[in-house]
Amino acid sequence: MVEMKANMAGSVWKIVVAQGDQVQDGDDLVILESMKMEIPIPAEADGVVKEIKVAEGDFVNEGDVVVVIE
Amino acid sequence: MFKKVLIANRGEIASRIIRTCKRLNIDTVAIYSDPDKDSLYVQEATECYPLGGTRVHESYLNIDKVLQIAKEAEVDAIHPGYGLLSENGDFAERCAERGFVFIGPKPSIMRKMGNKIEARRTMEEAGVPIVPGTDAATNDLEEAIQEAKRIGYPIMLKAASGGGGIGMQLVQNEAELMKAFDGNSKRATMFFGDGTMFLEKFIEEPRHIEIQLLADEHGNAVYLFERECSIQRRHQKVVEEAPSPFLSEETRTKMGEVAVRAALQLGYSNAGTIEFLVDAHEHFYFLEMNTRLQVEHPVTEEITGVDLVEEQIRVASGEPLRFRQKDLTIEGHAIEVRIYAEDPYTFYPAPGQLTDLQLPQGDGIRHELSIHRTSTISPFYDPMIAKYVVSGDSRDAVIRRIEETLPTYKVEGIKTNIPMIYDVISHPQFKAGRTTTNFVELYYQNQPN
Repeated sequence: MVEMKANMAGSVWKIVVAQGDQVQDGDDLVILESMKMEIPIPAEADGVVKEIKVAEGDFVNEGDVVVVIE
Repeated sequence: MFKKVLIANRGEIASRIIRTCKRLNIDTVAIYSDPDKDSLYVQEATECYPLGGTRVHESYLNIDKVLQIAKEAEVDAIHPGYGLLSENGDFAERCAERGFVFIGPKPSIMRKMGNKIEARRTMEEAGVPIVPGTDAATNDLEEAIQEAKRIGYPIMLKAASGGGGIGMQLVQNEAELMKAFDGNSKRATMFFGDGTMFLEKFIEEPRHIEIQLLADEHGNAVYLFERECSIQRRHQKVVEEAPSPFLSEETRTKMGEVAVRAALQLGYSNAGTIEFLVDAHEHFYFLEMNTRLQVEHPVTEEITGVDLVEEQIRVASGEPLRFRQKDLTIEGHAIEVRIYAEDPYTFYPAPGQLTDLQLPQGDGIRHELSIHRTSTISPFYDPMIAKYVVSGDSRDAVIRRIEETLPTYKVEGIKTNIPMIYDVISHPQFKAGRTTTNFVELYYQNQPN
């Protein structure tokens, strides 16, 4: 199990995967938006999206777990 | 002179404009979004009105709302600051329709300069050098060779429909061009279905140097010398200085005179800046014109003693310029560093809650900010939270002073780029004035030491 964490504080702009999706290392999972910048959070391992811990519009802090990959 | 001015902006630039208005006994009206209600500028203004909302399109870019407040507050004029509505020709026009003076140039000029192609053509007509290149794309090698001779090497070969570096190659001479042309053209056909190529002069060791202009509505214009703003990350400026450590007196005068001529030909009025790329041989080429006050205007104020906001207001109220070119001189040196709420290594935004703020004080030190010790830095706006401006007799003295004082500039609770600024300022290449636009890429390690 790999926990993907937010790489910056900001709001969740878009969630581009769904629970159960097969993803590969490097695929974008969620796109954060902060201070006029959009920053994607990529998967750091191959696997299946087990859980998405945020909803679009949520505010996350740096280090918060956003997606869990199994 | 105006009695009351609305500032259609936020943060440090709103505070900056209010300061000059106070000195000129002009009442000020601040407008603010929900996250900005505790900003200093809101308290500093004579009156303040809520815009509501958080994101810029709900608040600061809401033209109807801004104009409604201007009417309610019975202001004479609107200062747009920089960013937001400052280069919006429609906004400027609507201000005028409602009887508010827009502190800036005419809407028609703002629109012209806002369009890249039209700006380039207008400037070329006004005698401003633009980056030499082909007017039309070609897929014929012979034609390319002739064009290259006219433009002069080194040349950047670019696919007409390209992007992201595909089909792009630097060629140093005719032999290299002959070798590169067909291959790149074929690749461009494969990728974009279009094999035609553009040729453009390659700018060696490019620097971003801009000329500050002031023009009135009576046909007078002056230049307030240059600012060098080559130190950038993500194409945004981080360190700016005046004068440039690189320009010769001859080029400085030439650039200034070219800029003034262009302003007069355009019928420009108010403050404006023409940005240039300058190569290793001091050839300069038009980049863009900003029809507003620049973020980095303080360094010009420090070396010339001119308050640019005051002159903007005077010109907008119909006064003629109060000085001629011969009255302007450069005294000393000034450097501005932008404090960004961001990770100093990844440059990712870092909004959050401040827990402390301590600023260095002393001679030659100037702060531009609108935050206080417990401000919350919201994720909705630009990451720039403050500007630290230091001036002194010489560039060396200013750099030394920044090195001494920057470690006592404390922003606690959030990450800032202060460690990055310190690394840049204390870098031997920076100290030697070798500040090209690829400085951060070349010399700055994106990781903690």
